[in-house]
Amino acid sequence: MFDFTLPSLGADMDEGKLVEWKVKPGDAVCKGQVVAIVDTSKAAVDVEIWQDGVVHALLIEPGERIPVGTVMATLLDPGEKAPPKGGARAGKQAGERAPAVHGAAVAEGARLRISPAARKRAEVLGVDVARIEGTGPGGAVTLADIEAAAQPGVPKAAEAAPAVHAEADRNTEMRRAIAAAMSRSKREIPHYYLSETIPMARAQRWLSQANEGRPITERLLMAVVQLKAVAAALAQFPDMNGFFRDGRFEPVQAAHIGVAISLRQGGLIAPALHDVGSKPLDQLMRELADLVKRTRAGSLRSSEMSDPTITVTNLGEQGVEAVMGVIYPPQVALVGFGRIAPRPWVEVGALVAMPTVVASLAADHRVSDGHRGALFLAELRERLQRPEEL
Amino acid sequence: MGEKYPELRANVIAILRSIAPEVEADELRDDRPLRQQVDLDSMDWLNFLIGISEQLKVSIPEADYGRLVTLGNLLDYLRAKLS
Repeated sequence: MFDFTLPSLGADMDEGKLVEWKVKPGDAVCKGQVVAIVDTSKAAVDVEIWQDGVVHALLIEPGERIPVGTVMATLLDPGEKAPPKGGARAGKQAGERAPAVHGAAVAEGARLRISPAARKRAEVLGVDVARIEGTGPGGAVTLADIEAAAQPGVPKAAEAAPAVHAEADRNTEMRRAIAAAMSRSKREIPHYYLSETIPMARAQRWLSQANEGRPITERLLMAVVQLKAVAAALAQFPDMNGFFRDGRFEPVQAAHIGVAISLRQGGLIAPALHDVGSKPLDQLMRELADLVKRTRAGSLRSSEMSDPTITVTNLGEQGVEAVMGVIYPPQVALVGFGRIAPRPWVEVGALVAMPTVVASLAADHRVSDGHRGALFLAELRERLQRPEEL
Repeated sequence: MGEKYPELRANVIAILRSIAPEVEADELRDDRPLRQQVDLDSMDWLNFLIGISEQLKVSIPEADYGRLVTLGNLLDYLRAKLS
């Protein structure tokens, strides 16, 4: 038996609201399957399970707001038999989660089913949970049950009052979430910044040739070429790719690049384009188009929210020369691209008009030094001179 | 402001609005760069052109993108391709 907890979906998220379960007790699930939809300050996220199993019990009700780490469901390992009905779960966890088993209302040995949110509410309201008959799945005591028990005169419908969550609310929440993550970044991460002007004539020529014979639906964008070049450079600079957690750096081998995507109603999300280094450009283009579409539609998967190992932001579309980014914790680097435009350039002693882009790096000085950062940007420049190898 | 080809213009703007829902048809100027009036990144722009090529059944080679700066340019270009 194992617990399914609400995963952290990024540094700026500490709670979520369960919208819907996509599974029910008895369902077999496999790793990566979407089991629930959870509303966060940024999007409704399809939450994936991280190992195979069979759903045993769902402990959280749709509509409940729960902190990250809350046990949402229990699952049986594949092949494991369900414990006998009413039998206590072995081990400390059962005890931990049911400290309130003291009332006569609970059958002896039975585990009290109550969500953490409901328990917390019960403590606040001074309600004895053991005396409540749960109306949730498997007789679980829900938040609504607690509220009802606390105010016997008030009909349950009062619970539904704050249901009108407008888009404006989401914007306010997103602003707050971004503020929290960026403040933490500036407070905790000693950033250093570097920039490098990169000639883009070769990449542009290669791209227009590659696109020439393609139908419009299969054309590539320079953004994809840039992302792949970043991933290729990262392979040689693992100290730019990973997480800084609990006082130390954990490098990650695969480049799960968080792509900064601005939303039309304001705000931004930087979900992961997974394993960029190992995928061909065509596939990356399809996946990027899909990611942008789903991000704007507010439909992302939990792994896309939690996996980015570095962020790439491309503000050149708006016409800026360069961007000096703020690292998204717990990542340790951010690469920014400005606008690609013809600029004066000296080549073999002669002044020419050359399309160039300013690539910048903001990196975490706890993990790497400026010298490494400079080598990384030089590698990125070289990769962009050989687009055919990407 | 004399508007070109009202029917074609309406079609094109409907496609544009599927990408940028905040666009108001009568606020768009035919003679100003489209991507300055509407916040379109390169992915939006590509999706806009894909929408046009699929719905109006025209092919738009990448080499022609440079000529499609204003809404007026785009309408003239499409008109020529469709006739």
